[in-house]
Amino acid sequence: MAQIYLDNAATTKMSKTAIKAMLPYMDEIYGNPSSLHSVGQKAAEALTESRRRIAKRLGCDEKEILFTSGGSESDNQAILSAATIGERKGKKHIVSTAFEHHAVLHTLQKLKKHGFEITLLPVSEDGLITEQQVENAIRPDTCLVSVMYANNEIGTIQPIEKIGEICRKKGVIFHTDAVQAVGHVRVDVQREHIDMLSLSAHKFHGSKGIGALYVRKGIPLTSLIEGGAQERGKRAGTENIPAIVGMAVALDEACENMEKNTKKLTKLRNMLIDGLSTIPHSVLNGDCEKRLPTNVSFCFEGIEGESLLLLLDDKGICASSGSACTSGSLDPSHVLLAIGRVHDIAHGSLRLTLSEENTEEEIKYTVSAVKEVVAYLRGMSPIWRDLVNGKKEFIIK
Amino acid sequence: MALYSEKVMDHFRNPRNVGVIENADGIGEVGNAKCGDIMKIYLKIEDGIIADVKFETFGCGSAIASSSMATELIKGEPVSEALALTNKAVVEALDGLPAHKLHCSVLAEEAIKKAIQDYYEKNGIEYDKTQFPNCENCSHCSAHAE
Ligand SMILES: Cc1ncc(COP(=O)(O)O)c(C=O)c1O
Ligand SMILES: [Zn+2]
Repeated sequence: MAQIYLDNAATTKMSKTAIKAMLPYMDEIYGNPSSLHSVGQKAAEALTESRRRIAKRLGCDEKEILFTSGGSESDNQAILSAATIGERKGKKHIVSTAFEHHAVLHTLQKLKKHGFEITLLPVSEDGLITEQQVENAIRPDTCLVSVMYANNEIGTIQPIEKIGEICRKKGVIFHTDAVQAVGHVRVDVQREHIDMLSLSAHKFHGSKGIGALYVRKGIPLTSLIEGGAQERGKRAGTENIPAIVGMAVALDEACENMEKNTKKLTKLRNMLIDGLSTIPHSVLNGDCEKRLPTNVSFCFEGIEGESLLLLLDDKGICASSGSACTSGSLDPSHVLLAIGRVHDIAHGSLRLTLSEENTEEEIKYTVSAVKEVVAYLRGMSPIWRDLVNGKKEFIIK
Repeated sequence: MALYSEKVMDHFRNPRNVGVIENADGIGEVGNAKCGDIMKIYLKIEDGIIADVKFETFGCGSAIASSSMATELIKGEPVSEALALTNKAVVEALDGLPAHKLHCSVLAEEAIKKAIQDYYEKNGIEYDKTQFPNCENCSHCSAHAE
């Protein structure tokens, strides 16, 4: 079988429609949107039009969209801006969760060094947090609540609308890292009371290195990059017009096909989950209902994730793992640890993330390939021998 | 460039000497599941020669390849030669490992030493304890010792 790409949470293949839309902006319409001449003004029109289209998809005003270099920059800018606002009022407490992306966690770590107090909410075994947890954590000096929309490793979707309601009621800025959600589930910043939202084009078939930050009117932003007056003075640098055009087109395409794709993906995802669940001593990570239609994440007892990935790659399957050995650090993924998977189990994790291009045939092949490789690796694992011989107790029953 | 050399991938894909030896003369197990690598070495020793060696490994690609290569390097060698095997020799034989994977080759060296130590203990053979790793506070896993 040809290559089967099941790592769409890492990045996606670009949409052909988006590529086509981008090409003229690398060719004849190469102008700088800040220039007054016609080729520049054509680029400026594309910028305005793209901003308008993206705003429409999120349910906000086009003035509330700021283009950035991607999810990481959006997260950084959102959090640092809210912190700046908070500091001015003497509010230096932030509420977030233990399983955020590092773009959020590391920014919060930085703020901690500047005297901010950070509350990281613990995550349930199902990979969820509740609005009640958020409500209980908010204090009079809380300046920001940042909760990711959907987790990048285990795909769980958080109760964003309810959290938004609470933050609005309490008058606290609410930011959500929606990098894994936008283009895959319906996001509406009005209905969900979201004040700031990060998104990244390459997670929905746009290009890499481009993203956006939605910021509700009235919330002043702090700029991370000083220079020209682009993006209303909040993000200097000549705009990446081709990438912005591609992002708008890719988002439109994703949203137009969302119902159809969700139906197809949910079916494929459940097939994959059902298939992998038949592997003994395996466990699905994250709630099976409140999860992205694209995400499957498992832990297999007695094996290590990197060797699993390498052998799957030999079989043409591109996957990902939260094992320490794949991250280059000593510790396995903080997300798996946050949902209570112990080290031994977290090392044996596998993440498969789908796109609408995947087929049932690919899923069937993947299930049998994973079964084969897991059995093979267990066959040479001293831990597995001890477990089978009853010298050690299984952690995953 | 790929993460691993051709040699590493060869030993990872087709590991030599996988398995167990029933009634082994020496068994050595190092590492722990917490840090993601466990290596277990079984030795059959006849007339001071490593007559047979098998391994079981829970770990990443370089851990499996290091086990495979290390067992190949000591098979048929005198015990004294096996004791002298360094992780450096394993890494060189594998045409190198990425820096953050070097600990996997250390595990291979230590697992062999531990298996030989076990052989000495079982047979009441006198030996110099300082030649052997002290697994109670081994450096690469102590980060997780709790
Ligand atoms: C949840 C989440 N946030 C942020 C990012 C960072 O996005 P980018 O790669 O566009 O900087 C990612 C992507 O890895 C992500 O999954
Ligand atoms: Zn390793």
